Amino acid sequence: MARVAKTQVEFEGQFYDKFIVIEGEDVEAWSSDKSFEVVGKPQTRVDGRERVTGNAQYTHDIQLTGMLVGKILRSPHPHARIQRLDTSQAEALPGVRAVLTPDNVPDIPWKGGQTKLLDTTLRYAGDEVACVVGDSEAICADALELIDVEYERLPHVLDPETALRDDAPRIYDSGNLLGGEPKVSERGDIEQGFQEADEVVELTLRTQTALHNSMETHGSVAHWEGETLTIWDSTQNVYGVRDGVAKALDLPRHRVRVIKQYMGGGFGSKNNAGKYAVLAAIAAKRLGRPVKVLLDRREENLATGNRPSSVQTLKIGAKRDGTLTAMAHRSIIGVGAYAGGGPSPAGPTRRLYRCPNVRTEDFVVVTNTGPFSAFRAPGYVAGTFALESAMDELSNKLGIDPLELRLTNYAEIDPLTEKPYSTKGLKLAYEQGAKLINWAERERTKADQSANAKRVGVGMASQTWGGNGIPPAYAWVKLNPDGTAVVITGTQDIGTGTKTAFAQIAAETLGIPIEHTRVELGDTQHGLYSPLSAGSMTLASIGPAVRGAAEDAREQLREVGAQVLEVDAGDIEIRDGKLVHNGERTPIAEVLSKLGDFMITGKGARGPNPEDVSVNTFGAQFAQVTVDTGTGRIHVDKIVAVHESGRVINPLTIRSQLEGGIIQGLGYALSEARTEDDQLGLVLSDNLESYKVPTVADVPEIHAEMIDMPDPQANNLGVKGVGEPPIIPTAAAVANAVADALGVRPTELPMTSSQILNLLEQQQGT
Amino acid sequence: MAKVVQTRKPDVATHGLEPTSIRLNVNGETHDLVVEPRTTLLDALRDQLGLTGAKKGCDEGTCGTCTVLVDGKAIYACMTLALECEGREIETIEGLSSEDGLHPIQLAFIEHDALQCGFCTPGQVLSIKGLLDQTQDPTEADVKRAVAGNLCRCGAYPKIVEAALDAARRLPS
Repeated sequence: MARVAKTQVEFEGQFYDKFIVIEGEDVEAWSSDKSFEVVGKPQTRVDGRERVTGNAQYTHDIQLTGMLVGKILRSPHPHARIQRLDTSQAEALPGVRAVLTPDNVPDIPWKGGQTKLLDTTLRYAGDEVACVVGDSEAICADALELIDVEYERLPHVLDPETALRDDAPRIYDSGNLLGGEPKVSERGDIEQGFQEADEVVELTLRTQTALHNSMETHGSVAHWEGETLTIWDSTQNVYGVRDGVAKALDLPRHRVRVIKQYMGGGFGSKNNAGKYAVLAAIAAKRLGRPVKVLLDRREENLATGNRPSSVQTLKIGAKRDGTLTAMAHRSIIGVGAYAGGGPSPAGPTRRLYRCPNVRTEDFVVVTNTGPFSAFRAPGYVAGTFALESAMDELSNKLGIDPLELRLTNYAEIDPLTEKPYSTKGLKLAYEQGAKLINWAERERTKADQSANAKRVGVGMASQTWGGNGIPPAYAWVKLNPDGTAVVITGTQDIGTGTKTAFAQIAAETLGIPIEHTRVELGDTQHGLYSPLSAGSMTLASIGPAVRGAAEDAREQLREVGAQVLEVDAGDIEIRDGKLVHNGERTPIAEVLSKLGDFMITGKGARGPNPEDVSVNTFGAQFAQVTVDTGTGRIHVDKIVAVHESGRVINPLTIRSQLEGGIIQGLGYALSEARTEDDQLGLVLSDNLESYKVPTVADVPEIHAEMIDMPDPQANNLGVKGVGEPPIIPTAAAVANAVADALGVRPTELPMTSSQILNLLEQQQGT
Repeated sequence: MAKVVQTRKPDVATHGLEPTSIRLNVNGETHDLVVEPRTTLLDALRDQLGLTGAKKGCDEGTCGTCTVLVDGKAIYACMTLALECEGREIETIEGLSSEDGLHPIQLAFIEHDALQCGFCTPGQVLSIKGLLDQTQDPTEADVKRAVAGNLCRCGAYPKIVEAALDAARRLPS
């Protein structure tokens, strides 16, 4: 019988309660010391072959009979109103089939009603104006140039601090500060906390706007069959796209099918339905042909989200022995033209260390730039840079070893929820990381390796993040008569190895070889609801449902097998694809083949989260850098990363995620920045030539490992997520290493050569 | 300083250039097709021949996802006109494996998990093939140079290098 329960959910630093329906009892969690055949062993990707042969079909690769192409015209101005829009010349171009404009598409509210699908007021350079649909990309590109638009330019503001001024141009009547006031979070008595402090440090830090630049740009293919719409979408959230498109077009959900088999990266930017999907759907319906709308690299950099910039002032007070007494954190976050809120950089300040008195204040500011979106650990990446920089300043002032200072303030219970942690492997991560970087001998390393103008430094930083999953999520396991199994879920593998982990879980539970499993996902119509793949929670959300379904299938197999073999079900074990009973081994296929086309269907659902513990992930990263004081260039020599995210299902793919997160973090630390021309209101770095993501040449020696610490309270697998954790402390650890090398602290990201040279000049001047 | 990159190909309407028929040799097969003079090799491969292993990540020569081999050399197919490729040997990712199995570079990519989302993978594999076809015993620096023009936003770089060096050891000399 179904039971309704309440569960607390943490998603990307935000908490909320939700009701969930529980059917039956969740299976018991795997014990911490359980031994496995498949789980926990390095496993190559079950879809590796598809990915290395060019066989994997991404949204970009979908080609349908009669398919047309759509291209979007975007505002060349940061703030403008359309006065006149003439599409007649474009429409006359041979091969152009339709031009969608604000005049001929429905008024579909977008971004919570801040704008419309095609709006006549444009609030950033890149805002959607019209969409041309034609026979080819080239024809559409020609047609875009033939659309004649007269814009009335409006005053604009790009810089968040400027946008807060009274005389700044207003983007909305309610003002540029979202909510009209800062978002404040407070515990204890901050003033008393600072009075109790023996030492206080205060730092102001600035972080850049960072762009995702997934290799596959955003896009959709829309195709109608009768009244049913199918959309192929490059997304991290097939159900979210389904619901978004259904809402926009006022369609019932059973008439919208969203498919995503392979996607070329998202990093948080592909969590929702895009305008391109709705425009493709409208055009496809109107023209009776499939329509593909893909963004180009420039559009990707203007219009698909970013990690918002921040200006953060952090003040920390501590006793002489390092005990924190107070922390105050004020942030200005520039979220672009459309946003209902913004990711708080103060999450780590509220949560990473034990501190009784904390006050955080977020000013979330709209500007005439592209809207932000989630970007791998939103808020926490910028916030950890600030907090861990300030912690190192404090350790300097107090003369306490940075690692020692962190251990002094180690949170044994969650400072925010005041609940104990289900597991916390941070101390072990500190220990292991310190050993690997040779922390105790770092002064010798610095002395040995510094030469002439080159100075070596070693720094570290910590991280905490969510990473528990959320219900609801469902799975089926079908057992075929030949003993092979198909796992069906509705989630998506965004490149993290989800399919492979599910195959391992199913093979382990069913007692069959992994080659006898096949995982299907990424289809809202043929799968079962799963949440989005974000917040480092795909495995912890859907994995437990997969195990539940596999356990159900295995029990059914035992019951059926017992009757066919005329033994007690209790005497049957299933191993290596065989039913083992009283010393005999009968292949599953042999048992099931006696039953014709009988098929076992196991069902599983994700259970609720535990109520009385906090489920979090933790990690420590260490960086060794060499700074050339002549050129200001920072060379990262080595990164050591040790993380705890519960049980490790696949050590091979988890290392890929760790390395990838670190490399993305190095780009954020050293080279990536969206640059703008404030006066023109335009983004200058809208391509991969000027927006510098790391290349192979930028990668240092990386040593990444996991503290494999099963978390049976978290869910029945004991797993937590790992997608976001490794990016969180990377920039902070590098900044601390640079400060250690130079004796002067970089406070801006990215840490460019010019910033370093300026710092050195100031240092010499004093 | 940002460099302005021209993304637009020449406008066929204003330049009055007519579609032309060409013969391309792709993966050992001959293909006759009609292209506009501005059609890139990438568009010809993807849209006309259905060879979608080469990806369009930027269409302006900055990401490397479109990498294919032309006369054995790794090139950006988005920066090469289809017309320029007549009479040259074009090799795409689809030509690397056969019914009998995968190329050693592909096997090494799977074994070392030298990929995550996989979107850049065909380009990475071909850049490495371009190197290994010329150099039997490459150094780590050789490998890094070979894939320096292939971006991987997932950050699979360390394993791409490992996989390439391993593949080099496995290839018959």
